[in-house]
Formats: sequence, structure tokens, C-alpha cells
Amino acid sequence: MAPILELRGITKRFPGVLANDHIDLTLNQGEIHALLGENGAGKSTLMNVLYGLYRPDEGEILIRDKIAHIAGPRDAIAQGIGMVHQHFMLIPVFTVTENVMLGDESIVNGVVLDRKKVAREIRDLSVKYGLEVNPDSYIKDLSVGIQQRVEIIKLLYRKADILILDEPTAVLTPQEADDLFQVLRNLKARGNSIIFITHKLREVLELADRITVLRLGKVVGSADPQNTNSAELARMMVGRSVILSVDKEPAQPQAVTLDVKNLVVLDERHNVAVNDVSFQVRAGEVLGIAGVQGNGQTELARALTGLRHIESGSVSILGEDTTHATPRKISELRVAHVPEDRQADGLVLGFPVEDNLVLNEYYRPPFAKGLVMQREVIEKAAEERVQEFDVRTPSIFVNVSSLSGGNQQKVIVAREFSRDIKLLIASQPTRGLDVGSIEYIHKRIIEKRDAGTAVLLVSNELDEIMSLSDRIAVMFKGQIIDTVNADETTKEALGLLMAGMRDESAPPRAQTEIPDKSA
Amino acid sequence: MTKARRRERKRKSQTKARKRKASVTLRGSQCRSLRQRDTRYVNSMAQVTATAIPQNNPTPAPRNSIVRRGLDVLTIPALSILTAFIVSGFVIAFTSPEVLKLLPQFWQHPLKLLTTMHETVTTAYAALLQGAFGDWGAIWQGLESWLATGNATDLLRALRDPFESLVGATPYIFTGLAVAVGFKGGLFNIGVEGQLFAGAVASAWVGFSIEGLPWFIHLPLALGAGIAAGAVWAGIAGLLKATRGVNEVINTIMLNYIMFLFTDWLLSDGGPLRGNAGAPRTPEIYPSAYLPRLLPDPVRFHWGFFLAIGAVFFVYWLLWKTTVGFEIRTVGASPTAAKYAGIAVGKVFVMAMGLSGGLAGLAGANELLGLNHYMVAAFSPGYGFDAIALALLGKSNPFGVLAAALLFGALRNGATRMQSIATVPIDIISVMQALIIAFIAAPEIVRWLFRLRTPAQQEHEVFARGWGA
Repeated sequence: MAPILELRGITKRFPGVLANDHIDLTLNQGEIHALLGENGAGKSTLMNVLYGLYRPDEGEILIRDKIAHIAGPRDAIAQGIGMVHQHFMLIPVFTVTENVMLGDESIVNGVVLDRKKVAREIRDLSVKYGLEVNPDSYIKDLSVGIQQRVEIIKLLYRKADILILDEPTAVLTPQEADDLFQVLRNLKARGNSIIFITHKLREVLELADRITVLRLGKVVGSADPQNTNSAELARMMVGRSVILSVDKEPAQPQAVTLDVKNLVVLDERHNVAVNDVSFQVRAGEVLGIAGVQGNGQTELARALTGLRHIESGSVSILGEDTTHATPRKISELRVAHVPEDRQADGLVLGFPVEDNLVLNEYYRPPFAKGLVMQREVIEKAAEERVQEFDVRTPSIFVNVSSLSGGNQQKVIVAREFSRDIKLLIASQPTRGLDVGSIEYIHKRIIEKRDAGTAVLLVSNELDEIMSLSDRIAVMFKGQIIDTVNADETTKEALGLLMAGMRDESAPPRAQTEIPDKSA
Repeated sequence: MTKARRRERKRKSQTKARKRKASVTLRGSQCRSLRQRDTRYVNSMAQVTATAIPQNNPTPAPRNSIVRRGLDVLTIPALSILTAFIVSGFVIAFTSPEVLKLLPQFWQHPLKLLTTMHETVTTAYAALLQGAFGDWGAIWQGLESWLATGNATDLLRALRDPFESLVGATPYIFTGLAVAVGFKGGLFNIGVEGQLFAGAVASAWVGFSIEGLPWFIHLPLALGAGIAAGAVWAGIAGLLKATRGVNEVINTIMLNYIMFLFTDWLLSDGGPLRGNAGAPRTPEIYPSAYLPRLLPDPVRFHWGFFLAIGAVFFVYWLLWKTTVGFEIRTVGASPTAAKYAGIAVGKVFVMAMGLSGGLAGLAGANELLGLNHYMVAAFSPGYGFDAIALALLGKSNPFGVLAAALLFGALRNGATRMQSIATVPIDIISVMQALIIAFIAAPEIVRWLFRLRTPAQQEHEVFARGWGA
């Protein structure tokens, strides 16, 4: 069968970086082709070339055996190529229909927008591909998973039959990811071709028909999911063997470092997000907070670090009351915080790497003497941290926005971990990262624990929680419904707790039995 | 960034690139040897991760990249100015009475129309440039006659124009910096004009009400009063934003009106600052508060210009070398990240507004102590509003603002000459300024006109944010 899409010798250079080095790739009709690689391997660059966002320095693109000139997304869409970006391109205050018709408006009488017709088409597409969505909902009211469906509908509405999905599961819960896979299988069955960019091995093995692995801008190999396994793919991706689990000694818990009592925190819409939560974290142990996203973990972490107001209850760190302390006061108690939203909170995207590496220490010696910042010291420290934490950047002077997501996260980790810290609050520390980086960050977290740091780990990844934590607290609807020892539990038991079922023998509709004070 | 610093960085990155090359080969061999004993090294993963993966940097940055980047930055403004001159040329031609008279007879005398247009435009621009940069022939003659006769009158008269351009640029420098500081902090200070009035009134009051001080006390006192008044006036807007979340754009516009009418009242008949003259103005300030002039009449050039240059360096130093500047820039670039970093965002709003207002107040004090020596109602031709354009033109960089202010000062001054010699209305300069800003704000137009390539840099800079900062 002739390939529907063929990339030949695509090369793209950025100042100081060869992002794509003569990449060849073919996509057959009706297949799901996974593009696997670490962060910064050049996956997103390649797809941006295909989508017309970047112009390749060399190479050509063939669509249906004809050389295609793609100067921008408009050309790409005209050729039937559609892309779902990692960060969605939706307008929150518009309805689903309005977002779908944006840029391709259907009009009656020359001036009036024909919302009804578009809504009808959306309903048709929903039924056809199992993409359940209400065309009249506002985007801001939809969950991330549903928003992603809207992005896919947008492409189908424009008659795209070559779909590119850039790290589509990075923002999804496990259930949402399963739903997405079903949708993609439906799309495939109807003859669409899909390029699926990811660095999650499990997904690739489950979904893909063919796998191409990129490393350092080059194709390092391709594989058939039938005849390969996680370890082999990981080795191809990283270029060496990877241990997929974390080696660690049993914890040696000492004095209580973080003491949380009856904490109540509201969310943005003034609903109770954290409801009467109490727990302690001791020096030298990792307490994992598990839970499906949106059950109060985000607000809990922000409240503990001074970024959200605490309604009632108390927090004390190393015996000092920090219930209403400022972020700076908390940071000066030697608390490190890896924030959940690295682009909004953790980094100033328009600042160079060196400034981001001292973002919360810039005012203190040795980085500043009085008012004057000590550039030499900052640069030296930045160079050291970039080296030590293997941040891949052309230099410490480039803006952190030009780094890949994984390297941005490493900048944050480098900053927070190179301080002498007593308490580490890490929210989703490895979200969107590749195996190599995850392994590395996990190792550093355990190192900190063994050095006597108390660690509070908030993560939606059950694997991560299970491999790092000594104790696991499960949050459901703003409450900690149970705390278990990590070595005495199973994934299945935690899964049930995350769904709100305290007891395995409880009936499946157990959610209603949990007193829900947040309503 | 200073030249020295750029050179330093360039040197560093080059040595680094060399070092990296060496270490990559080393790492390659380590890598191979490591792979052979696959099982043994998995436990020492931390060290391996740091060394096993070579840096993804096969193409070292070109040597002249910094020079090229500098040129890239200047290309768009320079071409924007050029384009604005060309378009304004047509505006001048088609608004000239002679050309309009010939227009109906275009088909009979096409050549005559074109030559008239050409003459009109060249006369106008020649006058503009002469007014802006001086008549160097006249300066030379003046110099000769001064050396020959000892009479400097001709020389000074010839020197008046180029120096007047600098005098005109001075308030632009201060106000442009004021807006730029706001932009850097993510604040849009439209109230620079009002803060300028506040500064002028305060320095006038100090200037005429205190008698008998030596100049080295009186002058700083008067300047300080101007800075303080501007800072307080702008600080109100900052405080309201920090504590009550009131939008500073609306706030500063409103504060403008209050200040305009307040100064009107102060200077009105029976107002507290009204002087003895029949006009609405303050008494004259004592010479001890004057910003001294460098040359005799008619050259009005005074020390305020050097004060402005000092302010440029001060703002650069403050924004890029101090913790205060780091905080302002962080809040401007990402308020959420600033909060995370422990910066008191509200405090920074007040501080940035105060700094911005202080510079605006200094602009007012400078005009008053350097040129007018008394305050009149409506004494500014809109320096505070042009400043917004200046800050955009200078990309909120202090040195960019300086360059833009010098340009605007020269254009404004040259326009006076253009009006008197070529009878082209002075307002054409406003058209020209507007065109420059329009082209700068829409660089795609300029790139398309001159068939420039979109710089590769731009593909990286997807995350644009804030007010021109």
C-alpha cells in the first residue's frame, strides 16, 4: 500500500541545536504510527514542520505521492492534516460550536453565523466516532478530556484525515486516556491515519501499529509493538538501559516536619476543595498523595506553600506556624516546592535559564549583595546546576521558553533541589517527562529523603506514587479517605480508594456513602 | 546589555562550545565501554545520566551571532523610519497647494506635476533636516567669525538648532523611561502627563517659595520635590491596584484629569500659586533653583539633558543589575511565577508605579527648572502621551528609549524650521510619528515591503506577553 504521507530527509536547525537530522518517516492509510522519544528528541519540531509552523532547512514532504508545500497550518489543513497540540487552542468563553467553527465559519445570508448547522455536524461526528460532547457547552465548563475531544472534532469538521496528536495523554486521567484510545481506534477503523507523539511506553505498546523512535533529532529505529517490550523501547529512546522501578531502602522516619490539622481550603470558584484534612510528614519519609485530578490535591499543595488562602485549620513546618505565612517565609524555612503548573508558576518563560535557576534566591547572598545582583555568582551557579542536573540547553542565556518541557522541569528541579531543604512539596514532578528524566528525578527525590528531608509527593500517576512513597494518602472529594503503607497495598486497592470506595467489599456505588461536605 | 558584557558572554560561550566538543568525544567512549557491562552500571545511575547522554549541540552558534542579532534588532526600526519618511513625503506633496493646483492638469503636464512634487518634498525635508541637525555651513562660518573677531553671536545662532533638538529630546527621555519602567513591570502608566504636571508644580513651588538657599541645596530640593510629587501621584494608582485590584489604565487616566484641573485651580485668579502677572502662571523661581545653561543665549541647552542621560543609565542599572529591578521584571513577565518566587507582587506594583511617576515628575521639573522658570497652565505639549509611542519604539529598553527620544526631539525641532521655510504644517510630524509607530507595531508590513526573511529567532518567541515589554 502506498503511504499516505512520507517525510524525506527533514532537517531543521535552531541556533545551536540540530533539532531534526535527516528524518525519514512514512505513514500508511488507516494506521496509528507512534513517534516515540525523550523530551527534546525532536518529535514536536518534526510535527511542527509537517504542520507548517516551522520551515524545514532541508528535505521534502509527500502527501499521497505528491510533493507538498506547506507554508502554514492553513496549507496543512487544506491537505487534510490536522494537529492537536499539547496545549489546547480553544477559547474558554466560547461554546464548543463556536470554537469548532472558528476560522472556518459557516454563514447564512452572507452575515449570520449558522451555529445550528455546525452543531448538527458536531452531533453527527460525535455519534460516528464516539466523541460524546454537547455542542452548546462552554469550553471553560468542560474537563480537560472533553476539551481534547473538541480539538479532535475541530479537525474532523475540517475534513482532516491525517491526525497528529502531540502528547495527548499528558493531561488526562487514566480513564480519560482509555476513552481517547477507543476514539482513536474508531478513527482508525474509518480509514483515518494517525501520528501519535508520546514518550509513554505503555501507551505505545497498547495502541500503535508501528513505532518510530527518535533520539537527539535522529531516527534511531522502528519497531513492531507485537515484537518488542518496554525495556527495549526505553533503551532505544534513551540510548542505554533504564531501570523502570526505583531502588530504595526502607524509610527512617524521624521528627515531624510538616503537621497539617483540619485544613480547609477553597478553590477558584469558592467551593470547598480541601475539606478537613489532617496529616503529618516526618523527616526522612515520602508521603504520597494519590487521587484522580481535581479532588483537592492542587489546592492542598498551593495552600501549604502559601499560594492559596487557608480558610481554617493550621499548618506548621518544623514547629513554626505557617498557616498564613507568605510564600517567601515558607521558602525561607527551607521548604522547596515543585509546582504543578511549571509554565505559570515555576518559571518565568521570558527570562533566561540562569535567572530561572535563582528565581527564589535572587535576593540572598551570595546571589545579591544588598541591592546589587551578583551576575558572576549567578552565572557560575547556573552553569554548575545545568551540568549537574543535565539540563539540555544551548546556553544558560537562552530564554527558558525555548527549552523542551522536560528540560524546563529539570530547571525547576535543579533550582529546588540544589538548596539545603527540610521539606519538599512536589506536585506532579514528572508530568510530561520522558523515562530518562523521570528516572533521574525519582532518584533525586529518594536521595533527598535519605538525607533527612520530609517529602510530600502529589501525583496523578499511580506508578509514581507507588514506587516513591513510604505511606500513601488517598484524596477523594477534598478529603483523605485513607492512608496506607506503600508496601502493604496494591494498585487495585488504591484504584478503588481513588474512586471513593473505602472498603473493597463495598458496593460499586460507594461514592454516595462518603459524606460529601463539599457539596 | 553593555558592550563589555556581550563580549564577555560571547567569549564564555565560545570557550564553552570548545570544552563541550572535547567532552562529547570523551563521553562517547565512556558510553561504549559502559554498554559492554550493561548490568553493572545500572546502580550508579545518577552519574551515568549526567555523562552518558551527549549534549544535543552539534552546530556551534555562528561567531558573529551577537553582531547579527544586534543588526536584526535595529533593522525593523530603521526601515520603519525610512518607510515613514517616504509615505510622509507623499502626504506632504499631496497636501501642498501648488501640487493640488496642478493635479487636474496631470494629463497635460505630467512632468511639471512630478517636478513640483519633487521640489516640494525635497525643500521640506531639507528644511526638516537642517532644523533638526543644524546648518553646518553656518556653524562653520560662525566659528570662523568668532575666531577672527571674538564675536560669538553668529556661532551661537547657528548652534541653536542642533542643541534645541537635544533640549526637545530631554523631556521625551524622562517620560519615555517612565512608561518603559511601567511596561517592564507589566503596568500601563497612561498618567505620565498628569505626573509630569505634578512634578512641575511641586518644583515650581519649591523654586519660588524658598529664598536665599545656595544652588547646590535649592536645585536638588526642587528636583526632589518634582520626583516626589510624580511618584506620589502615580503611587496612588499603584496602591489602588495592589490593594483593591483597580486597573491602573483607567485609574491613571482619571488621575490625569484631576491633576490638570488641580493645577488650573492653583494658577487661577486667586489660586494659591498664582503669581502677580496677569496670566495664569506662578511667580518666577529663584535662579538658585535653575538648571544651569551651558551656553549663552540664544542656545537654551541646559544640564537637564545630562540628568536625562544619567536617568537612562540609572534605569538600566536598576532594572538589570539590582534585586528591585529583578522583582519588577519578574512581576511584569509573570505575576504568578513572581508570587511563587516569594515576591510581594502588590508591593512591586506600588514601587514600579512610584518609580515611573518619579521619572515623569522629573520630566516636569526639568522643563520648569531648565527652560520656563515658571509654571503656566497647560505647559506640556503632550510629552506624557508621546512617551507611550517612545517606549514602544524603544522596546522598553532604556537605551532604545534614548534613541527614540533623540529622534522625536530632532523631528519636533526640525518641523518648526520646515513650517517656516517650506510652509509645511508642523502637524505633519505627528503623521510621521504615527507612521513610525504603526510600522514598528506591525513589523510584518516592513518585512513584506523590503522582502525580509522572518528571523529564525521569532519561531522561538511564541510566548509574547504584556504591554510591549
